[in-house]
Amino acid sequence: MNIVEQDFYTQIILSMAALVGLTSFLMLGQGRLLRLIFVFALQGLLLTLTTALVAYSLDNPHLYISAVMTLALKVIFIPWMLRREVMQMNMHRDVEALSNKTALMLGGASLTVFSYYVLHPIVQTTSPAMLNALAVSLSVVLLGMLLMISHRQAIAHVVGFMSIENGLFFAAIVATNGMPMVVELGIAFDVLVAAVLFGIFFFHIRSSIDSLDVDKLNRLNEVDK
Amino acid sequence: MNWLIAIFQVLLFVALAPLLAGWLKCCKCFLQNRRAPSLFQPYRDLLKLTRKQPVVSEQASWVFTRAPYIIFSATILAASVVPLIAVNLPTSASADVIVLVGFLGSARFFLALAGLDIGTAFGGMGSSREMTVSSLAEPAMLMAVFTLSMAASTTNLSVGITHVLNEGLVLRPSFVFALCALVLVAVAETGRIPIDNPTTHLELTMIHEAMILEYSGRHLALIEWASQLKLMLYGVLIANIFFPWGIAETFTPAALGYGLLCIMGKLTLLAIILALSETVVAKMRLFRVQEYLSFAYLLGLLGMLSHIILEASR
Repeated sequence: MNIVEQDFYTQIILSMAALVGLTSFLMLGQGRLLRLIFVFALQGLLLTLTTALVAYSLDNPHLYISAVMTLALKVIFIPWMLRREVMQMNMHRDVEALSNKTALMLGGASLTVFSYYVLHPIVQTTSPAMLNALAVSLSVVLLGMLLMISHRQAIAHVVGFMSIENGLFFAAIVATNGMPMVVELGIAFDVLVAAVLFGIFFFHIRSSIDSLDVDKLNRLNEVDK
Repeated sequence: MNWLIAIFQVLLFVALAPLLAGWLKCCKCFLQNRRAPSLFQPYRDLLKLTRKQPVVSEQASWVFTRAPYIIFSATILAASVVPLIAVNLPTSASADVIVLVGFLGSARFFLALAGLDIGTAFGGMGSSREMTVSSLAEPAMLMAVFTLSMAASTTNLSVGITHVLNEGLVLRPSFVFALCALVLVAVAETGRIPIDNPTTHLELTMIHEAMILEYSGRHLALIEWASQLKLMLYGVLIANIFFPWGIAETFTPAALGYGLLCIMGKLTLLAIILALSETVVAKMRLFRVQEYLSFAYLLGLLGMLSHIILEASR
């Protein structure tokens, strides 16, 4: 299936998939927390647009609700909350020194290839364009994990976690044309609750080790050495 | 007849390049609340420089005096490969993208040699920096252009542009990446702000200016003109590869005139965007250039990947 033979809707979905993948890469190389959160919000916006597009093209009204929920949660509320926490803890001027950014990026690129390779056997069975987008969403999930591994700030970990969720959400929207409303509502509230809980945890971690750098957790001991 | 139009196109390229630089300066001045010089000031500067006597150091070898001519002609040759107002011209049919990169590379080689030749500390430093930047920028540029080549299955620019044109409006994810990569590379290669500041003579930051510090008179004019030409070349590449609509496919005067209008409109817009980004973005530390360009390379790579993953037939 060449892209020229696809209809316009599929082309837009594929472009959206590419852009969502790009935002994942942008997050991966971002050392500043506020920009990381901004790119995360941008990814949420792309998800919202994709959902609205699927809703429009399939004439599926309940997807509009899910789009609005994505907009409210992932574009506005969670980024706002994370941003507020960063500002409160006075970390917005810190730049995290990522060790070997180039290797990290190339690792991300190879993860993209890997996810495509993994999904290749499945791709043979169904509509190829949609499952191509599925490959991208798997790579978004893997890149989210890589983000969590490579960054040391707890807030970056949360953003990585949320972007994993974004990847799964994108897969659900594109591959199944929207999950049942109950499931989507459930996931949305799970994410909301997770975000609030993370916020509480930040304060606990910070009050106990005086930093949000999780590497320092390795040095926790019962007795002082 | 076709050759005449091709030569006309190259002449147009050479003649319009200072105008683009003048327009860019106008936009920047407007954004920075300064009074802009006339749109034709770059022409006057070039004219003034050609009238002046070049001062050449006694230690300079023949490389120093010949280099401006070689750089200028190599850049013109590179410009002749890029379709400006019409596709399918004989000059662009005879060479492809790799030749284009080669021409630009040889121009840069001689510029770096000239910087080293005179033996001043600044010249050598500028040359070494320029080569560092370009060694990272060239693979990124080739990656971006290969994405187009894979989509159109040719490395010839003219054929590739015709392919994009005939396909109509197809949203290609890979082109989004290639566009971003090419924009980043173009900014680095033409020495615009996050990489190099074209208006500064501060020793810590300059790259291009450091190499041409010893030049004066008509030599300087040629080098300045070549760098304006290079800026326009990258602008035309970006405009015509990704937004080719309006470029002439037949050689009637009406089509050619329309093509000229279109490309001037596109370049005007691009210059406004460039001026905006130059006003907003601060200059980067030299040691962060490598990160910037590896990001451009990554974008090019992602473009190729998304071409294979998302678009290609299987």
